[in-house]
Amino acid sequence: MTKKKTIGEWLFENKVMLIFAFLSIGGTMASGQSVAFVVNELMTRIARNAFTILSLLIPVLAGMGLNFGIVIGAIATQIALFLTTHWRIAGITGILATAALATPLAVFFGFLVGKLFNKMKGNEMIGGLVLGYFADGLYQLLFLFIFGGVIAINDPKLMIATGIGVKNTIDLTETTKYALDTVPLLSVIEIAFYVVIAATILSALFKLAQKQTVDWKRTGGILIGAVVVYALTFIPAVERFLAQDRMLLLNAVEIACAATVLWQLWKIVYAKSIRKQAGFDVKRPLVYIALAVLVYASTYLQAVYDVLVYTRLPMTTYLCILALCCMNSALLKTRLGQNMRAVGQSRAVANAAGINVDRTRIIAMIFSTVLASWGQLIYLQNIGTFSTYGAHTQVGQYAIASLLVGGASVQKATNKQAILGVILFHTLFIVAPLAGKELLGNAMIGEYFRVFVSFGVIALALAMHAWKKVAKPALASGEKDAKKA
Amino acid sequence: MDSTRYVLRMKNITKEYSGNQVLKGIDLEVHPGEIHALMGENGAGKSTLMNILFGMPVIHSTGGFGGTVEIDGQSVTIDTPQKALELGIGMVHQEFMLIPGFTVTENIKLGREISHPNALSRVFGKSMETLDMEAMTRDARKALDTIGLQVEDYVRVAGLPVGYMQFIEIAREIDKTGIRLLVFDEPTAVLTESEADRLLEAMRVIASQDIAIIFITHRLDEVMAVADSTTVLRDGEFVAYRAIRDTSAAEIAELMVGRRVEKLVDEREDHRQLRDDDIAVQIRNYTVDMPGELVKGLDLDIRRGEIFGIGGLAGQGKLGIPNGIMGLYEATGDVTILGKKLDLHKLGEALRNDVAFVSEDRRGVGLLLEESIEQNIIFSAMQVKNKFLRTFGWIRLLDSAAAHAHAREMVQQLDIRCTGISQPAGRLSGGNQQKVCLARALTLDPKVLFVSEPTRGIDIGAKKLVLELLSKLNREQGMTIIVVSSELVELRSVCDRIAIVTDGRVSSILKPDDSDADFGLAMSGKKGGGKRG
Repeated sequence: MTKKKTIGEWLFENKVMLIFAFLSIGGTMASGQSVAFVVNELMTRIARNAFTILSLLIPVLAGMGLNFGIVIGAIATQIALFLTTHWRIAGITGILATAALATPLAVFFGFLVGKLFNKMKGNEMIGGLVLGYFADGLYQLLFLFIFGGVIAINDPKLMIATGIGVKNTIDLTETTKYALDTVPLLSVIEIAFYVVIAATILSALFKLAQKQTVDWKRTGGILIGAVVVYALTFIPAVERFLAQDRMLLLNAVEIACAATVLWQLWKIVYAKSIRKQAGFDVKRPLVYIALAVLVYASTYLQAVYDVLVYTRLPMTTYLCILALCCMNSALLKTRLGQNMRAVGQSRAVANAAGINVDRTRIIAMIFSTVLASWGQLIYLQNIGTFSTYGAHTQVGQYAIASLLVGGASVQKATNKQAILGVILFHTLFIVAPLAGKELLGNAMIGEYFRVFVSFGVIALALAMHAWKKVAKPALASGEKDAKKA
Repeated sequence: MDSTRYVLRMKNITKEYSGNQVLKGIDLEVHPGEIHALMGENGAGKSTLMNILFGMPVIHSTGGFGGTVEIDGQSVTIDTPQKALELGIGMVHQEFMLIPGFTVTENIKLGREISHPNALSRVFGKSMETLDMEAMTRDARKALDTIGLQVEDYVRVAGLPVGYMQFIEIAREIDKTGIRLLVFDEPTAVLTESEADRLLEAMRVIASQDIAIIFITHRLDEVMAVADSTTVLRDGEFVAYRAIRDTSAAEIAELMVGRRVEKLVDEREDHRQLRDDDIAVQIRNYTVDMPGELVKGLDLDIRRGEIFGIGGLAGQGKLGIPNGIMGLYEATGDVTILGKKLDLHKLGEALRNDVAFVSEDRRGVGLLLEESIEQNIIFSAMQVKNKFLRTFGWIRLLDSAAAHAHAREMVQQLDIRCTGISQPAGRLSGGNQQKVCLARALTLDPKVLFVSEPTRGIDIGAKKLVLELLSKLNREQGMTIIVVSSELVELRSVCDRIAIVTDGRVSSILKPDDSDADFGLAMSGKKGGGKRG
């Protein structure tokens, strides 16, 4: 059924991604900056932006297109963050408090957006875009007038001199700046340990109470595993390594290589000896292992080594991004994910199969809005200061442009495309002004170029989508005819 | 097959939509393991009957229905589709209810996925449960094997041949537990001959497992081949119940068409001289790519000055014929109008060659709903023939005086009931809208007029007026008129000859007074039923 794609077809399908890859590499060379600098900047920006971009995937899955409405998620976070800053809740507590405040807001907003989108099926993208502007208006009303004007807030640091309205910028330096980025892995493991223990025991008790059979072997296995992992962190060397607030990129690459090798080996063993799966293709995992070994070997090259020891990663933030990727793919394997896919591909068929289309779409919107609000929180804590009236306005456009650059389309977007998109789009972000300055003596020209390209990509993707929609019916009937003949 | 028990008994079913009686006392009885054919022309009431059986919202939001439904001898009320599913009634849809991007397994288990609980689902409910792909694959495989479809369960539906999709739909219905009655709604309409044969074979296999089948189709030969019994409906009335072994294709055809005593056009004097060598419209090797109404290589000669009817069942391609000539859908082949060959790829070519068209899609293609009656009447002529325009150098302006005068004349001539010529066309009743469409076509002074479904959605009085007008135009002005219609009665009352189109080709050309059986057989795609007229 599937035929191999020719190189030409592959190039054509990935044209946007390839153009950006070319521009990024060319820009880096023209900027005259060291690779180490660009990689360092890039890693910071991935940590900042990837979460928001990943929040776009679920609506695409559910057939609602690119969710320009994530601006509303960002707004939820900014309201919460203003309040926690006002209350001077600092550090990781501040982050958690903000998230705890922003999440119910985002759920509510997401529900409303979902309701609205259900009334305008097929026009969700333009609807989301306009909705973003509308929400911005309400947001301004809240921050310019209601805060101080209706709700008395006595806070000269945040409010303008008259006491009515919030200042243009909110500084997070003393409260939540880097609060998430600097959480050491050690603490994460500790918390995870307690959560796993509690969840396992509760689950077993719950089953006992419901008079269901409990898989004691499995429960015991999980508990022992958790204890072993936790015990390992008491080895001084491990403890010291994990207690760092940032991790060297070099170490991260090493860990990733080791993890890949182990995972692929496990896959082979699992398929061959445990499941005894016939026709399992060993080549694929072997290729991955070879790749991992190659990458590891390359870290011994001086040039690569220099880059890798220059950059430090905010581990917890990356962990959050990884967890979201895992969640996105795990969701696909659930009943809800399957319903979303069905709704995304054909509302009529899904409805006929007894799936509640409207409900599924609303859930997708809630997911997306909540994730976007968390994404904005990660972004703001990393920047450390935000423009009260501007920080959220471009969130949708930039996130969507990044996703599209990674090769996603209005109907299909994956984790891989999102991550690749962040890398390419933000490389250009970093190098375009520098390259402009080097080549033409003016940083703004590079900046103009970047803005032009990023909005151009969105326009192109939407035009292609519209074109495909128009071209499809004629094509479909043609195909039908051809098959009949 | 057990002929003493009934899996389904619908007795004396009546239904009306806003005062319009669409079902008048229908009985339908099906035994377990029986293949029962439900037959009738478009609009005979088959879909309404099935909607009642499935408890569709369209029935219950319009006041319900009369009569009783019994499943396995128990009287039941089916008020939602879910209820129908619970009672073991399944439907194989005419349009595929499949998701192209899903695998065969995923489609078969769509909405009924097997899943097992996990940590998250205990908190957030059933929708977060993990899918059990293995169990789903096992079930799908079993259903596919039952109907004998050799297809891997993990391939995507998108690339499969059309015939396979039908089978996957059937597999999905079979997979539902406790299924005892399956409705096949024109399943062979989109299949090739060999695929259709396989489908009939699969139907026999299913019936042999004591699942009853209601088989809705227009194809008589299939009914004769596979069905055990048949119920024939006509105009919402129960016509006959027959065991297939006691009847013949010709009898069923006659029952389906029936002679209706309804005179639509008064006789008028006929001074026309129709000659077989004086051809107004010649069509050769003509195809039209109109979705749902494909024309596949059709030849036709229409004599100058005749009223020619084109009939046939919905979806067979009759509507594609005028739409292709007017350039509304992609068309190929040779079309010669009054000796001039048309370039089918050029929009407006037909209009410039004295052809006018009244579309079946009155509100979509036929009228500018928000514009006035006057605008609607003069629009085409103004665009195509530069009528109603005054020229000042290179500027052309609307000659509103001439336009008013013409519109008033037309309103009077066609008896268009309106508040005035400036009333928006969208506010008129169906019959008056149709007259505006006709007025617009006549303003073009056509020599050949195509009228598509002229009486669709208009009441009987307006129907008669429209048909009489066509007849008058033909007799008095010698206009060649081609009427495309699903209503055989109206074609038989105005036309000189009637071509029946099946599967995108002319199956036969009949005279209006040919027998009902001939028309029935021609519509069912059996060739050689009629004589050339």
